[in-house]
Amino acid sequence: MIANFGFGVLFITFLVTVYSVFAAIYGDRKQIPAMVESARRAMLLTWPLLTLTAGVLIYLLTRNHYEVQFVYEVTSRSMPTYLKVTAWWGGQAGSLLFWSWLMSAFASLVTLRKWDRDREFLPWVIVVACVTMAFFIGMNVFFENPFAQLYQTFDGIAVHTFKPADGVLFTPEDGRGLNPLLRHPGMIIHPPMLYLGFVSFVIPFAFAFAALITGRTDDRWIRLTRRWALWAWLFLSFGLVLGSRWAYDVLGWGGFWGWDPVEIAALMPWLTGTAFLHSVMIQEKRGMLKHWNMLLVILTYDLVIFGTFLTRSGVLSSVHAFAQSAIGPLFFGFIAFTLITSVALLIYRWSSLRSETEMTSMLSREALFLLNNLMFMSILVVCFWGVIFPLISELFTGQKVTVGPPFYERATAPLFSALMLLMGVAPLSAWGHSTIKTLGRAIWKPTLGALAITAVLFFTYTQKIVVLIGFFLIALVILVTIYEYLRGAYARQRAQGENIFTALWTLTGRNRRRYGGYIIHLSMMLMAIGIIGIESFQVETQGRIGVGESLNLSNYTVTYKELASWDDGPKGVNYTRAVVDVYRNGIYLGQLHPRRDYYYDSQQAMTIPGERATLRDDLYVLLIDWEPASTSGATFKVFVNPLINWLWLGSFLFLAGIIIAAWPEKEMERVAVPVRRTIQQPSAAD
Amino acid sequence: MSPRRHSDASTQVNKMGSSRMASYVLLLTLALAGLWTIPVSAQGPTPTDDEVNRIAKQLYCPVCESTPLDVCPTEACRQWRDLIRTMLAEGKSESEIKQYFVDHYGARVLAEPPNRLVAYLVPAVAIFLGAFLLFRGFQMWMRPSITEAGVADTERETKAVQDPYVARLEEELKKRN
Repeated sequence: MIANFGFGVLFITFLVTVYSVFAAIYGDRKQIPAMVESARRAMLLTWPLLTLTAGVLIYLLTRNHYEVQFVYEVTSRSMPTYLKVTAWWGGQAGSLLFWSWLMSAFASLVTLRKWDRDREFLPWVIVVACVTMAFFIGMNVFFENPFAQLYQTFDGIAVHTFKPADGVLFTPEDGRGLNPLLRHPGMIIHPPMLYLGFVSFVIPFAFAFAALITGRTDDRWIRLTRRWALWAWLFLSFGLVLGSRWAYDVLGWGGFWGWDPVEIAALMPWLTGTAFLHSVMIQEKRGMLKHWNMLLVILTYDLVIFGTFLTRSGVLSSVHAFAQSAIGPLFFGFIAFTLITSVALLIYRWSSLRSETEMTSMLSREALFLLNNLMFMSILVVCFWGVIFPLISELFTGQKVTVGPPFYERATAPLFSALMLLMGVAPLSAWGHSTIKTLGRAIWKPTLGALAITAVLFFTYTQKIVVLIGFFLIALVILVTIYEYLRGAYARQRAQGENIFTALWTLTGRNRRRYGGYIIHLSMMLMAIGIIGIESFQVETQGRIGVGESLNLSNYTVTYKELASWDDGPKGVNYTRAVVDVYRNGIYLGQLHPRRDYYYDSQQAMTIPGERATLRDDLYVLLIDWEPASTSGATFKVFVNPLINWLWLGSFLFLAGIIIAAWPEKEMERVAVPVRRTIQQPSAAD
Repeated sequence: MSPRRHSDASTQVNKMGSSRMASYVLLLTLALAGLWTIPVSAQGPTPTDDEVNRIAKQLYCPVCESTPLDVCPTEACRQWRDLIRTMLAEGKSESEIKQYFVDHYGARVLAEPPNRLVAYLVPAVAIFLGAFLLFRGFQMWMRPSITEAGVADTERETKAVQDPYVARLEEELKKRN
């Protein structure tokens, strides 16, 4: 009964979104403000309706209603209540509902703003948001119903939305339980973060679409959505980082990024989103690249849908594709529809999106930003090709192939290096005009510093040329960023008489987007240290050892002490935990406890590493196998991952940088000053 | 195996009671023992986990796609790793082992497509095309500005320095430089 109620509310929500779309279009075409207002209110209604639907689903999940197929598939009696709640996005039907719920929250937030100056955008923002919502809710209503129930019929157990004539409700004793990999704290937060990023990118697209259809193609849509894009980027970035940490902690392969198709699916909108955040500045400062920005927003939106499709459809088998269904063609149809419609509109408005100024120098900041966009798009091309290549190969040759990390690493490494170089040079170039002379004058000091650091690393750390190039670029970006910060702070110090710390604080506060961006650059470089470290210097060994015996790797010695195995009845988990002593250069450092958790409900195991983390390296010990009868011997896999913790350190700084950049700023009052003819020096405040 | 053979041969020697025969038998025994040891020495010492993983790392689980064979926890993959160990013990080379898996499970067990040219060529061409278009774009943008350089400034540039704070900052920077 309660499940049918949930489905009924879901169906009404679907009808409301469809009504909202038609009312908005009709109201706009016939110039009836009351109809547009009705559409807006209908859209506002979707969030409480979907919240009610979600509430019903959570009730079913937490009250063990195993007659509901979704509840049966993702929960079990032994799971704690908080996991039963998070199981909402642990399966296909629930995650689609979760997507719609987040989307309705964001769409409602947008429509609650003041629309006085942008009234003409409103109907089309409603149309885009509600078409997207209607698509996802429609998926739930017609194909992936989270409220479908199990019925005993003459033909056996069958799944139906409504009770069949010959059916009796069938309630299994217990559910299958959530995949253990999804019970990790990282995985509990990771999907909501990614989805928040995904749905927030719908808002800039909705405004861009509204600008195209209304013909109001000035910068207004960009100013309205700038912060949305930044917050979307924050969520998406945070989702990616959490996913990496989750992979490092539970997948048991000593790495954080496996170039899995679903990881790439989340990376692709991030790439176009990052390119957009840079190129949008060119439009704001110089009135250029209007077509390009539109295209980037359209691409980001469709890559978001594509990413959700890959994650949920299971079309490309991967470790992430836990759920599979036949919704693929519909997703492709929706992507094609939105892409063709948006690009057609862009072509229609092409002439009104002409640049207001011309490029004056190939070393100007806008030119370097364009190069940065080229790099992001090139990485996107590599990623997209890598994801679809197995499908193309199968389609044309019948041969299934794998495109694994060697392809992506080889193809993207030079592109990422070029991006780092641009990250070092671009902040020192000026908007409008830069020459080799002005740029050289600004960059020679940081370059010299970076060379000195590289030389020190050559004599003390590594002689690998490729790695040294990487470290040189990292040092360059860090020094340029610090140099830029200090330049601005000293200027303030002289002008305002502030001490250096106050000057730094005020400087950041006065131009949060710029200095938040610099912190993001710094954090990226810390992450790059970690990535270079693990990619270039990771070592591993595996061996079977008895109690008291050791494995040696790098300067570490891992000695097997003991092993214990026990059941946690209420949780339905069997734990097998080893104790190992760790020594470095013969000095005792402590104990680690690698373990294996076996979940009886889902009959799946999870390998939890024992980790010893320092900024120098991470000792990562996995319990691979053991002899249950005697516990006299066990197989361990040991990794030493140099510098990897800089990656996680960088991710915290990254988060701080985005929050600073996205924090609302007070509108500066503009005062007219005489026009400056040329900008020779890089501006410290743009 | 060889000690048992040796014991069998000794019994034969006692029965015949002939020292000459004993010598022949001993020689034969040694020869047979030698023959028995041939397969053993061809197998060599049992390969270590690291040697197995070095190859397994380059192969992908034929069942759970996108999972390298060295880390896949399934029973099937455990058996495949054992197979690699056996093949290494038999003296098979890395390429022979990889080829065996390709022959039995298809090219998808390899971390990269066999036809690398197509895999790398398409994105490379797309990237070069993008770079070329960008370069042409630069040329087109730059052409009109050559005549106008230093003459016309835009409203945008004006806006960038309209903020009195920015203007003051720029002045300070100039003084420092």
